[in-house]
Amino acid sequence: MTDIADPHLAVPASGDAHGDHGHVTSTGISNEKLAMWTFLASECLLFGGLISTFLLYKNRSGTGELHETPHELYDLAFTSISSFELLMSSLTMVLAVSAIQRGDHRALRTWLATTALLGSIFIAGQVYEFKEFLNYGYGFTHSPAWSAFFALTGFHGVHVTLGIVMLLSTLALSLTGRIGRPQAEAVEIVGLYWHFVDVVWVIIFTVVYLIK
Amino acid sequence: MSADANAATITADHAAHGDGHAHPTDKLFVKVAIILAVVTAVEVAWSYLPWKDWGDSRALYLFEVGGLLAMMGFKFFVVASVFMHLKFDSKLLTRIFYAGLALAVVVYLAVLATFEFFTCGGSTLPN
Repeated sequence: MTDIADPHLAVPASGDAHGDHGHVTSTGISNEKLAMWTFLASECLLFGGLISTFLLYKNRSGTGELHETPHELYDLAFTSISSFELLMSSLTMVLAVSAIQRGDHRALRTWLATTALLGSIFIAGQVYEFKEFLNYGYGFTHSPAWSAFFALTGFHGVHVTLGIVMLLSTLALSLTGRIGRPQAEAVEIVGLYWHFVDVVWVIIFTVVYLIK
Repeated sequence: MSADANAATITADHAAHGDGHAHPTDKLFVKVAIILAVVTAVEVAWSYLPWKDWGDSRALYLFEVGGLLAMMGFKFFVVASVFMHLKFDSKLLTRIFYAGLALAVVVYLAVLATFEFFTCGGSTLPN
């Protein structure tokens, strides 16, 4: 996107009211934020492909002794609790963004740490679930159904893990005094990624776990 | 600085940006989270209902799946609109995101239809 010099055609891109940080753009949206939204739009295609593959292969779990589909082995109560706490991590994330926008650093750190903790609990739950399936004898290479299941949920897990790294990095920057109110948009961009990971799970939870 | 004073400052900042939108408050976020939690609980309860005991008609199956997809769509839309601020941000961001989403939905519906997912559950695929 082309930066422009005429201040009458643009608004400040950063969270600072006076616009003394960041670039002015013809859209009034910072390049970083626009890039994140474009990236998230492209991620819809990635997860769309993985979800479609799962739908096509979900009943092809082989014909041998071990022939159960993923749906026959889910612990729905356990996954429901994991889904709920990932959903609530979106609340703590948005509260972190809100905190930095009003310059409340203590609240920012509390909510960032809480979000990272909730994300870590979700990942721990996913690792536990994978381990249970492996104990039953169903691994990534067992059959098309299990390959598609592990690829989809595994890719999502990697996204959550990256999100946790981003959250902890933001927390470290805040603790070292390198995030202030002018950098609120950086926290917002991390938040966008986190919320996206959450909405993808909203779809996976329904399509993969709830619909029989 | 009190919370009210902070909120007033933020509102003033947004006015300086000229975006003309109301700024969401923490109270709104908590209310939305409660609604999402309730919808999730209904979703899980819905999936536990004894649908098979009530018959095996296609209409009943479509109602069961349609209900789950509707609740999923609602949750997706609410998180994107409120938590991701699409409702309060530039419309350009909404267009970019939903264009990507729409493209993904159309492309993969076509893929699923090609492999006869809607008619034979993808029977044209190798096992």
